[in-house]
Amino acid sequence: MAEIRAEMVANIWRVVAAEGEQVEDGATLVILESMKMEIPVLAEAPGTVTKLAVAEGDVVQEGDLIAIVE
Amino acid sequence: MFESVLVANRGEIARRVITTARRMGIRTVAVYSEADAELPYVREADQAVPIGPPPPARSYLDTGAILAAARKTGARAVHPGYGFLSENPDFARLVTAEGLIWVGPPPSAIEQMGDKINARNLMEQAGVPVAAGTREPVTDADEAAAQARRIGYPVMVKAAAGGGGIGMSAAAGEGELRAAFDTARSRAERFFGSPAILLERYITRARHVEIQILGLNDARILTLGERDCSVQRRHQKVAEETPSPGVGAALRERMLQAAAAAGEAVGYRGAGTVECLVDAEADDFVFLEMNTRLQVEHPVTEMVTGIDLVEQQFLVAAGEKVSFDPEFVRYIGHACEFRVYAEDPRRFLPSPGTITEWAEPSGEGIRVDAGYRAGNQVTPFYDPLLAKLCVHGASRAEALSRARDAIASFRISGLKTNLPFHAELLDSREFASGSYDTSVVARLRP
Repeated sequence: MAEIRAEMVANIWRVVAAEGEQVEDGATLVILESMKMEIPVLAEAPGTVTKLAVAEGDVVQEGDLIAIVE
Repeated sequence: MFESVLVANRGEIARRVITTARRMGIRTVAVYSEADAELPYVREADQAVPIGPPPPARSYLDTGAILAAARKTGARAVHPGYGFLSENPDFARLVTAEGLIWVGPPPSAIEQMGDKINARNLMEQAGVPVAAGTREPVTDADEAAAQARRIGYPVMVKAAAGGGGIGMSAAAGEGELRAAFDTARSRAERFFGSPAILLERYITRARHVEIQILGLNDARILTLGERDCSVQRRHQKVAEETPSPGVGAALRERMLQAAAAAGEAVGYRGAGTVECLVDAEADDFVFLEMNTRLQVEHPVTEMVTGIDLVEQQFLVAAGEKVSFDPEFVRYIGHACEFRVYAEDPRRFLPSPGTITEWAEPSGEGIRVDAGYRAGNQVTPFYDPLLAKLCVHGASRAEALSRARDAIASFRISGLKTNLPFHAELLDSREFASGSYDTSVVARLRP
């Protein structure tokens, strides 16, 4: 199980993956936006997205949970 | 001269404009979003008006809120800074329609240069060299591929209404081109509200060199030298210098003449910048785009000429003469600017946070234009520029030596900054030699 957390304060611009979806290693799960830059959040291993903890428009702090891939 | 000015911007540039206005005895009005209430520029203005929540669309891009602030405070002029509404011709017209003075070029000039396809075509007609490229907006990927074959790879794909490097990418072949086209298209719609895409022949070992122009009320276009802006990451500038170590006297003269012709072609007034790509091997250049506003890196020009560009903007906007004799502009020494960004110095990823310590360098030839101080929060809503460290010396070697000391003594804690990157840049053989191009950062971060 991999918990994917925010590396910085950011807004959630796009949620790309859906709960229950099978994803490849390196697949884009969510796109963050911070300081006029888009930052894709990627799956670190293949698996199933069992939890998506954010919605578009949310603000995440550094260390906040974004998704769980099992 | 007008009695007061509203600065429709934030951070370091708002503070920079306020400093000159105060020196000239012009009353200053700041506007700020809820995220920026504690920033130095808000405190330093004579009056400050809150204009809305943090997202730019609801504050610094809200023309209604900004004009209401002008009415409320009786401001007589509006200075837009850079970014936000500075290159929005409709905002310039709204300001004028309110009976206020717009501190910027005529709205028609902003409009003509704002569309990069139109600007390219216009420059070609004015005899200014442009790269091989498209003369009409490219609407789909197949058309883009056909155009790229005609132009010849590599090509640069960009949004016609774009800026700030957003949505721009180079393609070396058709596969990359199709991906670049899709990216540019979605970014163009999202950030600039227009899907129009333009393709241009890409010069691989190019320097990015721009000319400062100043349009006077008697219709003369002055040129005030060049700035080399080749140190870039993600197509955004990181450090600049003047004079350019890669431009000789003959090439410079041709570029200055082309920049003046560009300004004349659109009836330019006030401060503007003509950006060019210089092919150092061929000792030649092409027009890239024109920025119809004050440029972030304007201080390096101020340092070598002794001319306050914001003061000239105010004078031209008020219908007056500039403060210096245009026939006798002297260029003394060498100046550099290092943009201090809130970002990690390895991958250049944003690093918002709270500033717990802020100690600026000082000394001979050192100027710091800062937007923040200790205790301020740097939020994710705006660009990562914290401050501009500007350094002047009698020679390039002296300027770089002063820059090394200044960077070593600049203390910012509480968030990551790119100061360590600047130290590395100054130590790199490529930058120190002066013969670098727009890929210098990529070579330092392979």
